[in-house]
Amino acid sequence: MMSKKFDIFDILVGKSDDPDYGNKPVIIQGITGNFGSVHTRLMREYGTNIVAGVTPNKGGQSFEGIPVFDSVKDANKNFGAKISGIFVPAPFFLSAVKDAVNNGIKLLVAIPEHVPIRDAMEALEYAQTNGARIIGPNTPGVIVPSVSKIGIMPSQPFTKGSTAVFSRSGTLMYEVSYHLSREGIGQQIALGIGGDPINGTNLIEAFELISDRDEIESVVVVGEIGGDAEESLVQYIEKTGFSKPVVAYVAGRSAPKEKRMGHAGAIVYGNYGSAESKISSYAKVKIPVAKRPAEVPSLLLKLMK
Amino acid sequence: MKLLEYQGKELFTEYDIAVPKSYLASNQSELNQIADKLQFPVVLKSQLTVGGRGKAGAILKCTKIEELVPKFTELMNKEVKGELPKVILIEEAVNIDKELYFSLFLNRGKRTYSLISSAQGGMDIESVENKVIQDISVTGLTQSDAESVAKRLNLDGITAKSFSNIVIKLAKLVREKEAELAEINPLAILKDGTCLALDSKIIIDDNSLFRHPELRKYVQISELQEQAEKSGFSFIELDGNIAIIGNGAGLVMSTLDIVTDAGGTPGAFLDFGGRATTETIYKALEVISKLSKIKAILVNLFGGIVRTDLVAQAILNAYQDGMISVPIYARISGAESEKSKEMLSNSNAKLYDTVEEAISSLVQYKELSK
Repeated sequence: MMSKKFDIFDILVGKSDDPDYGNKPVIIQGITGNFGSVHTRLMREYGTNIVAGVTPNKGGQSFEGIPVFDSVKDANKNFGAKISGIFVPAPFFLSAVKDAVNNGIKLLVAIPEHVPIRDAMEALEYAQTNGARIIGPNTPGVIVPSVSKIGIMPSQPFTKGSTAVFSRSGTLMYEVSYHLSREGIGQQIALGIGGDPINGTNLIEAFELISDRDEIESVVVVGEIGGDAEESLVQYIEKTGFSKPVVAYVAGRSAPKEKRMGHAGAIVYGNYGSAESKISSYAKVKIPVAKRPAEVPSLLLKLMK
Repeated sequence: MKLLEYQGKELFTEYDIAVPKSYLASNQSELNQIADKLQFPVVLKSQLTVGGRGKAGAILKCTKIEELVPKFTELMNKEVKGELPKVILIEEAVNIDKELYFSLFLNRGKRTYSLISSAQGGMDIESVENKVIQDISVTGLTQSDAESVAKRLNLDGITAKSFSNIVIKLAKLVREKEAELAEINPLAILKDGTCLALDSKIIIDDNSLFRHPELRKYVQISELQEQAEKSGFSFIELDGNIAIIGNGAGLVMSTLDIVTDAGGTPGAFLDFGGRATTETIYKALEVISKLSKIKAILVNLFGGIVRTDLVAQAILNAYQDGMISVPIYARISGAESEKSKEMLSNSNAKLYDTVEEAISSLVQYKELSK
């Protein structure tokens, strides 16, 4: 865990007297790929200030008016961007991370799925040593509704508000936010932890990002089987006395053991990673666990009364 | 990818970790070819990916050659948790003084590897007592780290040396082969004081396989699985008769739970990922159509970017081509949903606004309980 407090809102949105408040420059690595290009367009439509793209050997080209460079090293000379969205294929992930971290990027949003664990661990260590933070890999990204999004999430489910949604699954982050928005519960941030076994920003670190932020009044944790992230989160909540209302959901109660349920990280060995273990952990700190995504808003409204 | 015991032991041998002398046989004639070479007693071990072989009677001891054929036949036909072996490992018995537990595993929460060892081996790790747990770096594990583990287990002399050598070698294997888990349970201390791996459990990181051509021979997937993977789907066959299709692993898992809560039994899990086009949905239905046990299909698609009429078109095509005939219950949120409902109004598919509504109609479908 990082010792120095990492202020994600300062990086994503900025301070109100910043000249580029709410309009922070973002670099997209892998901008000319299928995924990168589609989502660069959508992110821009949402209001994200994408200043440059990176694709090795395509430096000098441009994508819809956005200049493309061979590396972050070349791209970031003029922009001073601190945020990068990584859309490169998994085998190139590690080198993309090093390029970004070496050249001023402090927040790396890592979209690729299928990154080998060894590469993810090395990338995290590299980022950590150099004071940078990775979200993901295998994350839908992070959205600050009505300000900016870095990732692949659709924008419709999200509305501006005062809850934080942290999710280990992409579509469930959209699904739960959609149900929250329908009930009038907007989100100040929705952040995808990622579906892999190794996460650059785990649930505890996500909680640390918002624990001192008064504007955030509640937290929704969308979890799933596999690993012990939820169990560790409960220990953290017990230890720190985290006081904002929290509602949880855990997907995969009916999943068979020792089968990888789509996400590399969604697998139960014995009791390790089981839904029962997570749900009983939450019970210890009286965090209500929704049985279905649609049940999250009513549980939250009950707590907020 | 979970390796079979003999595959893990092949890796052990490659890394110079001692294992019993052994042979493989997948049929009677292969067994006959090795029968003369065997030094009895031998142990016959069914090669399965599921755990709990010992308790299920899928490991048998043979003290004389006469027992070989009947016991081999028994194991080849013995199903454990729905799995039949393709091959039996035949190992010569060794002189065991004591059994230990030893494993290296990816500690997800700590984002490092952890080493677990215990002077008590042979049982399930969850019931092992007096565990020594230590976080290690598989890249920087030193001889003295390994020796300190041996010391904590109260090993000395030749055994401490043999054990710490295995620790070093297994860490090297984990690092080089990119394993999430490497377990030796039990790790035997022989009468001569040296250590030997009696069993192996290795799980390789699937996402690293692209740079491990040497491990590709161990990949065993069904034809249907292969077809699904080629289309970029995550596909898992389950025991029931309802196929569940959706975009996103979490969403499909969550749908599985709601179906199960409502009394349905899922027979397939299929996540077709981020691209919900007419073609991908059609391909997903094609995979499901190969499973004759499936009596109904539930589609749960969270839209947003997805145009639902493209999905409706795929469903129509699948019916018209005669590829599927079972009913489809679909929750498709997104653009054009009124148009999509109309498109499907004369088909065997029904669209619902919420997944709960789709599931409550689905579980009332009479064919499911026949």
